[in-house]
Amino acid sequence: MGVTILDPTREAEAVARPLAPRAIPARIALVDIRKPRGDVFLDELEALLRERGYAVERAAKPTFTKPAPVDARREIAARCDAVIEALAD
Amino acid sequence: MASELVALVKHDCPVCDQVLPALDAAGVRVVSQSDPAQTAAQAARLGLRRVPEVDADLALSERLDPEAVPTVVLLDGEREEGRVEGLDRARIAELAARAGAHLDLDGLPERRPGCASRTRDPEVAARLAARAARREGRLRAREIEIGELEDVHEALLARGVTDGLPVVPPTPERVVGMLEGTSRHPQDVVGVLPPYDGEATVEKVAINAVMAGCAPEHLPVVLAAVEAACRPEFALHGLVATTHPAGPVIVAFGAGAGINAAGNVLGQGARANLAIGRALQLVVRNVGGGRPGIEDRAAHGQPGKVGLCFAERADGNPWPAPYERPTVMLMALEAPRLIVDQLAREPEGLAASFALALESVAHPKLRLAFDALLVVGPEHARVFAEAGWSRERLRDRLFELTTSPAGELVRGAGGSPEGVEARFVSDPAVPVAKFASPDRIQIVHAGGDAGLFSMVFGSWAAGEIGSAPVTAEVDAWA
Repeated sequence: MGVTILDPTREAEAVARPLAPRAIPARIALVDIRKPRGDVFLDELEALLRERGYAVERAAKPTFTKPAPVDARREIAARCDAVIEALAD
Repeated sequence: MASELVALVKHDCPVCDQVLPALDAAGVRVVSQSDPAQTAAQAARLGLRRVPEVDADLALSERLDPEAVPTVVLLDGEREEGRVEGLDRARIAELAARAGAHLDLDGLPERRPGCASRTRDPEVAARLAARAARREGRLRAREIEIGELEDVHEALLARGVTDGLPVVPPTPERVVGMLEGTSRHPQDVVGVLPPYDGEATVEKVAINAVMAGCAPEHLPVVLAAVEAACRPEFALHGLVATTHPAGPVIVAFGAGAGINAAGNVLGQGARANLAIGRALQLVVRNVGGGRPGIEDRAAHGQPGKVGLCFAERADGNPWPAPYERPTVMLMALEAPRLIVDQLAREPEGLAASFALALESVAHPKLRLAFDALLVVGPEHARVFAEAGWSRERLRDRLFELTTSPAGELVRGAGGSPEGVEARFVSDPAVPVAKFASPDRIQIVHAGGDAGLFSMVFGSWAAGEIGSAPVTAEVDAWA
């Protein structure tokens, strides 16, 4: 006879979500997570995107150590069609 | 409805053997705790006219819960009107008479204690307790069957629910035993853990505590640590996801539970220290979902991320306990390192040595971004005790001593590009503090009797921009 054990995990069921439509975005948010030099990368990216005619908006998390506040996430989602985050140092 | 006499017996009980012929002759309903083959063999051996019923799954035995068999019970439906455990001729005859039955017990001893009911066999009792816990909704976790041919350790490793070391398989019986360590309901929610918002119920924490090797007496400490870890100011989401090596470190104050505060306090050998720290990290992994190399992006990590828990040493402590009640403090810390000073006999000199070590947390030129935990060894603590220095005085002095001139901290100074941005440095002589405030230096007394050593832990990104130390009371989870 085998052994019965209790599941130590949160017992999450994977939820399949479709990809968002791949249309060309009208407005792109560039989010600085507040890691050092992330702004340098985003400055370059903003210039390149503007050259190509995209509308670009800058946003930033209060601190890289914590998830972005829900309000900030909702605001970005309401105003923009796509998000690019500068993740690394 | 008429009262019914029911007798519980088992096959390997000599007292049951003595009573059974009389019960059989009187037509009393007899229910055996043994399996069908054993029951049939006993009936044949004793020459009974009827083979006793078998108490499938010990359901009746669990309900009546006798200490011994034979037990004769007078039932009116579900209601019990009387019982006799073991052989007591006069009382059994009296009980039978109330049911209108006559038992011929002549020739049997007047009194004889019975044999232990199978429900009192520790293994069976544990199984029944687990079954009851499931039935009553105290256990709700999904059951996972590990096949007979599977190695349970390998199976758990393959499921990704361990830290790489073997774990104690969390059987329902063990988890119910672990839950004996708390008076809280197993479905009480201790907190919600990032990154996937996993709900840590007392039951889920107990399951992981079993796996970590905890004893029930450790559970309240683990629960308090999980409560602390879920506080927003601890910033567990970032701590799990960071490339920094820090992990949650539990410091217990007056919590008992066998947590070592003396020799080898940060090392191996003490079950409580290892198991409690490990239990918290297994909860982070399994309930929150922070897995190394996936959500946990640590570049190096550190050995204490398997789990690290220790206690403040009360014996010889020069300082009053910082908390009135048993408390855990949780900090996000990197690995500790040693501070050697074998010459200082005055507090001022020893504080100066500590300050030099504290300056090196993260990088000597990085300021205000990191906290520290200083573990003062007993031989060092004696220096402060003899001079009458309080914990606060030492902390305040360390804060004063951990300042450096801005010119030495600016980017490029000393050949190192790390440091304070030049635009913030108007006067190179201005002293800049290492820590944001004196209380960013936590001081704890712990370690072995001998050795003029202390230890310092640097923190992860600290304070409002990162993680702050958090405390939780242990009694709330006892």
